[in-house]
Amino acid sequence: MATVTSGQPYHGSRVKTWWTILKISLEERFVYRGDFALGTLMRFLPIITQVFLWYAIFAASGKSQIEAYTKKGVVAYFMLTMISRAFSSMPGLCSGIALQVRDGEIKKYLIQPIDLIGFLLITRVAHKLCYYVIALIPFAFVFFLCRGFFENGWPQASILCAYFLSLVMGFLLGFFIEASLGLVSFWFLEVTSLVFVYNLLNFFLSGHMFPLDLLPDWASEFVNLLPFQYLAYYPAAIFLGTIPPEQVWLGLAVEACWLIAFIIIARVMLNRGIRRYSGFGG
Amino acid sequence: MPMALIELHNLQKTYRVYQKKEGLRASIKGLFKRTHKEVQAVKGINLEVEQGEFVAFLGPNGAGKTTTLKLLSGVIHPTSGTASVMGYTPWERENDYRRRFALVMGQKNQLWWDLPAQESFRLHQQIYGIDTQQFQNTLDELSDLLGLRKLLSQPVRELSLGERMKMELTAALLHSPEVLFLDEPTIGLDVVAQHNIQQFLKYYQEKRKITILLTSHYMKDVAALCKRVVIIADGRIQYDGSLSGIIDETTNRKLVTLQFANPITDSLLESLKRFGDIVQQEAPRVTLEVTRDDVPAMLTAILDAHDIDDLIVEEPPLEDVIADVFARVSKASDEEPSLDEGS
Repeated sequence: MATVTSGQPYHGSRVKTWWTILKISLEERFVYRGDFALGTLMRFLPIITQVFLWYAIFAASGKSQIEAYTKKGVVAYFMLTMISRAFSSMPGLCSGIALQVRDGEIKKYLIQPIDLIGFLLITRVAHKLCYYVIALIPFAFVFFLCRGFFENGWPQASILCAYFLSLVMGFLLGFFIEASLGLVSFWFLEVTSLVFVYNLLNFFLSGHMFPLDLLPDWASEFVNLLPFQYLAYYPAAIFLGTIPPEQVWLGLAVEACWLIAFIIIARVMLNRGIRRYSGFGG
Repeated sequence: MPMALIELHNLQKTYRVYQKKEGLRASIKGLFKRTHKEVQAVKGINLEVEQGEFVAFLGPNGAGKTTTLKLLSGVIHPTSGTASVMGYTPWERENDYRRRFALVMGQKNQLWWDLPAQESFRLHQQIYGIDTQQFQNTLDELSDLLGLRKLLSQPVRELSLGERMKMELTAALLHSPEVLFLDEPTIGLDVVAQHNIQQFLKYYQEKRKITILLTSHYMKDVAALCKRVVIIADGRIQYDGSLSGIIDETTNRKLVTLQFANPITDSLLESLKRFGDIVQQEAPRVTLEVTRDDVPAMLTAILDAHDIDDLIVEEPPLEDVIADVFARVSKASDEEPSLDEGS
């Protein structure tokens, strides 16, 4: 009994710690409202160009349907990847870690009793929450205007649950992949080109550029072996029903494995990196 | 045998630094093959500090002061040697240890830049698990002592350097650390802010009886605060003792200033030179540097031969004495490379 009562306040205060960090980073985020509002608006620009591009492709091919996608279906797909990316993209995470390593800010996490990855994750959650609060109304408005593009309407409840889960896991996967990349800076101080390569791969292999089911079989088998599809394509495909319902959960299980793998990678890299940092530099 | 609160035994730290030669060609070569150089920042430090001591580390840039503080706060691993602070090995970074000390670096910022310091303090409260009532009391006490009350709700980026440093100190002291490491806490501050921080540290240390290790370039900080001074140069401890002891131990010179009633002639100057070096001459005064033991004989001789209006015998300025120590050490190890601090 005694152990329970002595253990609980510690646990309670842990939760409170993360809650306080979340609140404070939310406050910090809201300092830059102008930047945020602008950032939200700019999100819509790339998708507009993509929609025009696909309209041109449809016009040139003279077909009304390319593989599984109708003209409307493509627009719906890109609108949904925009939502996926709103969860999985991590602007500034990787370069932020690199900067902290380079200018020694990282020391703070060695001196204070706090976990770097946990801290970054919670501030990122705050970052995202803040973004959703601001983006919710314009997103809802655009989706309402474009409701005609969603020919199948709303998916059923279980699929909607799977969709939501895939977004949350997409967020976590994106976070841990980019955190792992950022932690490379313990070995190479500059990671800009690494981020560039990652973003490029991400752009093509996540389904951000084109729906992945348009790829030829050999290529789509290859893409299926990689984690990128979960960052944009997979949630959208769940929502649109492109993935048969019985396979949805299997895909999510594979995604969970990727997530666990990257959590472990990030942890190991942090431990090794800190050991290296404290052994060499400081 | 009771252990000292902080014990360092033969602590050594060697950094490996990338050597880049000048020019584009060397840079391209560097892409394929890098030459590294070993730099011994700390070459074997032995030190014991008792609970409640306020110790200053003095030394030129690159002497190993900051490296020593980094070792003690567990940011870096030593190459060899042992250290114990309150019974912990710092670089194992146990959470228990991290809750009991604090490190303040004058050139590093720990507070959230865009938020009022108050918010960073709240975060510290959570990170260190400080009881709300205790947190409030400590914060009240510290902000009264440092005169920060009105500034708590102002974004940190709008504070002056001095105010920010006070906030940093407050943040570091919220969890009532038993050991405090201060790396150049008054760097870049004006005289008034420096003085305020000195006063505060003195008061706080005396009241709480905490143990403080401080590095500073300002002799005034050291003179005001620390009874014990450790001079580190070239990665080793060159002196460990009281501030006044430095002068006794490291120099046997005194400065004698004479104010003559009559005009100073060349022959007079010539006759003075046999007692010591003339370091300053500004009629009607002449200042000589004289070996301590020679002072009485010299004074007798001069007072007999000349009309003297005024006479001062004093120790050479502390800064000069310490600069001499530094210079001696760096001369002795001239062939060895030194490491710039920071990073």
